[in-house]
Amino acid sequence: MIFLKLIVTNLRRHRIRSFISVAGIAFSVAAMLTVVTILQGAIGMFSGILSNDSEIIVFERNVSDLFFSNVPAAAVAEIANWPMVSHADPVLFGVVSSADHPIITCFGVTAADARIRKASWIAGDKLSFAQHSDDVVLGERAAEFLGAKLGDHVPIGHGVFHVIGILKTANGFEDGGVFMPLGSAQGFFHKEGASSVITIKLRSKDDAALFKSMVKAKFANLIGLEDAEFTRSYSQFKILKATAWAVGGCGLALGGLGVANTMIMSVFTRIREIAILRVCGFSNSQIATMIFGESAVVSLLGAVLGLLTGTCLLFALKQVPALHGYVDVTIQPAVMLIVIVLALTTGIAGALYPAAYAMRVRAVEALRFE
Amino acid sequence: MNLLTAQAGNRYPDGQGRIALRAEGVWKSYDDGSIEVLKGADFEAVEGQTVALCGPSGCGKSTLLHLFGGLDWPDRGRISVNGVEVNRQRNLLHLLRHEVGFVFQLHNLIPDLTLEENCLIPTVAAGIDRRSAQARLLELAERTGLTHRLGQRIQKLSGGERQRTALCRALMNRPKILLADEPTGSLDEHTSGAVFALLLDIVATEDVTLVMATHDRGLANRCDRLVEMHDGRIHEPVSA
Repeated sequence: MIFLKLIVTNLRRHRIRSFISVAGIAFSVAAMLTVVTILQGAIGMFSGILSNDSEIIVFERNVSDLFFSNVPAAAVAEIANWPMVSHADPVLFGVVSSADHPIITCFGVTAADARIRKASWIAGDKLSFAQHSDDVVLGERAAEFLGAKLGDHVPIGHGVFHVIGILKTANGFEDGGVFMPLGSAQGFFHKEGASSVITIKLRSKDDAALFKSMVKAKFANLIGLEDAEFTRSYSQFKILKATAWAVGGCGLALGGLGVANTMIMSVFTRIREIAILRVCGFSNSQIATMIFGESAVVSLLGAVLGLLTGTCLLFALKQVPALHGYVDVTIQPAVMLIVIVLALTTGIAGALYPAAYAMRVRAVEALRFE
Repeated sequence: MNLLTAQAGNRYPDGQGRIALRAEGVWKSYDDGSIEVLKGADFEAVEGQTVALCGPSGCGKSTLLHLFGGLDWPDRGRISVNGVEVNRQRNLLHLLRHEVGFVFQLHNLIPDLTLEENCLIPTVAAGIDRRSAQARLLELAERTGLTHRLGQRIQKLSGGERQRTALCRALMNRPKILLADEPTGSLDEHTSGAVFALLLDIVATEDVTLVMATHDRGLANRCDRLVEMHDGRIHEPVSA
């Protein structure tokens, strides 16, 4: 109890300094939580596009990005006829720009695609999809930023398209995207007879392994992966995740430097007190535990405050119209745990030098000058 | 030279009792030898004895106390406590936690803690259970008249109360040796006399060996022995 009080007392003694350290860790934690959660949400959304009414995705082997994947129509036709396949939907991804909007994601899909069949249509008739080559269906947010209504003609990329429907989806990419008939998209993106991926719905999930092995046997340049496998292995996702953690980590490292500064000052300003503790019989490990305890309290308070701040920030971002559908405020417990552990580790690392310094304090030198 | 013949009081006749503290030809210097503080000091104190170290500032009184407490090492010579040499091989934590207690001129209490918490610090260091520590604290607080001040922060205590608190803290783990460096040096004459009387009373009843550095000849004369230090040596014992 006294030990704990020694820790807390020193933090209370320098309230402003302690608060600044806590705030440093809190901002770092909030930044890390926000960046990681947003990117994980984005990854989840992109995965969601692929896993919409499907369990397996087939794409070109060894491509760094699905936008560069080419799956021939012949493969789609053959796979669709395999007995274990319920349905196989080719999807072509493309990116175009329009005035004021440098990036608009386009989806080339068939009328049978679940994205069209099962979507909630705000305007238009899903049965009219793919009747004409210049027909497009817009996501609700895309319609907003393009200023388009049902029946309008909108310039997208180098073409002008007729809006035959507007659909609503919880997925940010789809909500801000443009759906084209597959044939139109192939022409528009100069990928005649090809799609980026095939999303596969199996009759039974038990057939996944058999399906993947058949893809491997029949199509040397294609690969079939279950959704979870794809999310784990897709290099773009890996880069995004690594970037998120690296950015967050840098923030946390800065917070750690703040803790280190506080702890160094804390030790320097109470050399005499440490000397007294030594005279009272405190060991090196007891003194170090006291210093590490202080930094742990600072880090823990910072982590809790940062988690609260980060969560509030995510909720606030979710309300921003431009980010609608892109921000997922579902904070994964694993992310939370990792952030707390990283904050504690950073705080304790920041106390390494101060603790080592405190352990070297010689009582006789500190007490000689009364 | 038989230091035990230097009697300032009369509790101990010549040569009786076990040696609690001993310094043999102790040299100590600072700043790479440029400041020589102790120059072959010899000293002995028997168990239960109260010894006053007198001498001018810088003569080595505090340094000798620090050496006995294991806070520093002699350059040459031997320091022994309870018959065991104090060197780098010795368990210094045990020495500080159980064998010696320190009282300084400045009380050296932690200002943000209460009287009670300050006194309990040595018991925390030594891992003494809370109940025993509390019982000992109450016992000492009663003897020093601090029972009603236990929950007070140090800032709210008077100088005399602070020094009595420091005395309690030094004796919490029942050390048999008390090293006091000008324990009343920061107090007025009246308070100084009262605190010192209390100190003598407690060390007598607890059978503690007291070695006290002081400039106050009046207080020194109330000890069993008065030892004169000069220029880093125990010069010669003088009778009070």
